[in-house]
Amino acid sequence: MSEETRRPILTAEGLGKRFGRVVALDGSDLELYPGEVLAIIGDNGAGKSTLIKCLSGAIIPDEGEMELDGKRLSFRRPQDARDAGIETVYQTLAVAPALDISTNIFLGRERRRSGILGSVFRMVDTAGMRRDAKRALDELGIGTLQDITQTVETLSGGQRQAVAVARAAAFGSKVIILDEPTAALGVRESGQVLQLIRDLRDRGLPVILISHNMPHVFEVADRIHIQRLGKRTAVVTPETHTMSDAVAIMTGAAAA
Amino acid sequence: MDTSPPTEDALVTLGSQDRSLLDHIQHALHRYPVISPAVVLLVSGIVFAFLSDGRFQRPETLGIILQQTAVLATLAVGQTLIILTAGIDLAVGTGMLLTHLVIAKVAVDQGVPPILALLIGALVGLALGAFHGYIVTRVKLPPFIVTLGTFYIFNSLGLVYSKAQTVSKEALGGEGSLLLWTGKSFHIGSMRLTVGVLIAVSLYVAVAYVLSNTSWGRHVYATGDDPEAARLAGINVNLVLMSVYMVAGLIYALGGWVQLGRSLSASANAATDVNLETITAVVIGGTSLFGGRGRVWGTLVGALIVTVFRIGLNLAGVNVYYQNFAIGSLILVAVALDQWIRRVGK
Repeated sequence: MSEETRRPILTAEGLGKRFGRVVALDGSDLELYPGEVLAIIGDNGAGKSTLIKCLSGAIIPDEGEMELDGKRLSFRRPQDARDAGIETVYQTLAVAPALDISTNIFLGRERRRSGILGSVFRMVDTAGMRRDAKRALDELGIGTLQDITQTVETLSGGQRQAVAVARAAAFGSKVIILDEPTAALGVRESGQVLQLIRDLRDRGLPVILISHNMPHVFEVADRIHIQRLGKRTAVVTPETHTMSDAVAIMTGAAAA
Repeated sequence: MDTSPPTEDALVTLGSQDRSLLDHIQHALHRYPVISPAVVLLVSGIVFAFLSDGRFQRPETLGIILQQTAVLATLAVGQTLIILTAGIDLAVGTGMLLTHLVIAKVAVDQGVPPILALLIGALVGLALGAFHGYIVTRVKLPPFIVTLGTFYIFNSLGLVYSKAQTVSKEALGGEGSLLLWTGKSFHIGSMRLTVGVLIAVSLYVAVAYVLSNTSWGRHVYATGDDPEAARLAGINVNLVLMSVYMVAGLIYALGGWVQLGRSLSASANAATDVNLETITAVVIGGTSLFGGRGRVWGTLVGALIVTVFRIGLNLAGVNVYYQNFAIGSLILVAVALDQWIRRVGK
């Protein structure tokens, strides 16, 4: 690939974050290229979550810079990141179990009806949002969920994950961040979620995947960012390195 | 690189597994929580019609049921909103009494015009609600504790403010006064209704619309269902809670006005049952105390059930002391049913 097309869409440079005397991030860098799945791995306390939270606006870094599409970012809350086109699927999924699929997908960004019904009576466009929610699921090949009006609590773990990913995909125009998406899932459901990640990439959306599961990471990632002691210590690929190489770098048993 | 794409069986088979009849019932109740209270209301209506030798289903009795339910039903709307956010309002009765005393006293003692007195009452109700909202969202005390405290405080303020004296119908301006307009009656056939009944019904129509058709309504449900998920979805959870308590406070004033028309007087010792009965109506109506699920129409049915039990048992000649036994049993059944319904999909 030429240098032109290899311009990163999202970069972080020298991000630092302290919590009291604990240094969570110690000048960490990150690059995400268009159309790739970038996995982030690292031991507990390596700063993976802190790094991701900076990118998703959940915490504010003490120092360092972030750029999206060449523009400086300064997020003060998650909504800022979302407005910039960065969607995050949290490990807890952040779906409301008693609400239906469509309501969850549009939660916090309900669309109103046009005309006086919307402007005066504040009526939301339920039918339109259901149609679009259905389409969002169809596009990810999960339109087989029979009924967009069924509550999320009636879904399996994998299906809930699918709803959360569909929500991110429906609104994430630039970057999608997935935090441990397969941690709570069985083998088959994990397979479905990994397929979703490939589908997102095939649609041109770059994905950042945080995972502890090495086989999953090596199955789906294009590049693997290894975080250690608050810094990026190496970037490897599944072609050039084995899982044990990656684990060795991650734990400090081998140099990058 | 695509190693055997995962099958989508798990996604396809949803809903097609064999279900027993009980499962079907469980799912239907889960989906339409108003069904169970509606069935209870219907069955109890039929039973009481037989037990009372036909006196129960007379239009006159229906009119009395509706009139007697108006104050409870009005206040139970605010209770429903609060319980939907997984909160509770133990002070709804004393809050209403305090506001209705304010309305009566500023009109009578200060000579404020009735319309202005009602407006002042509305502002006081809003302030009481805002106080609840502030303590719940900023000081982070549980709603149970907050409203347990204000239950006593509002009660005390009402007694002090009114010197425990009743403001009479004459002092309030008699039949024609706007303050007592909610007690004005009219007939539909031989059924006598009051303006207060119409106000209560209108409130239900309005709040039901808002809950199911506006963003705010959806945010109320999401906040009660999973506040963290709601926050991450970009909802200002504290703002939602604050607004819910303020709306509930505004409803104190509306309920206070309906109460003025019902009792044709104002007293700090009126309507002592209404406090807990709002919770009873909400719970029997199928709204979950854990928040996030329920319908305001269920509450209306629940409020009607409370009155139907009282009047029906009375007409059936059952010892009056058994009324609370029946209502208490119904609460236990309703909550047990809610627990069972919530297990769907688990």
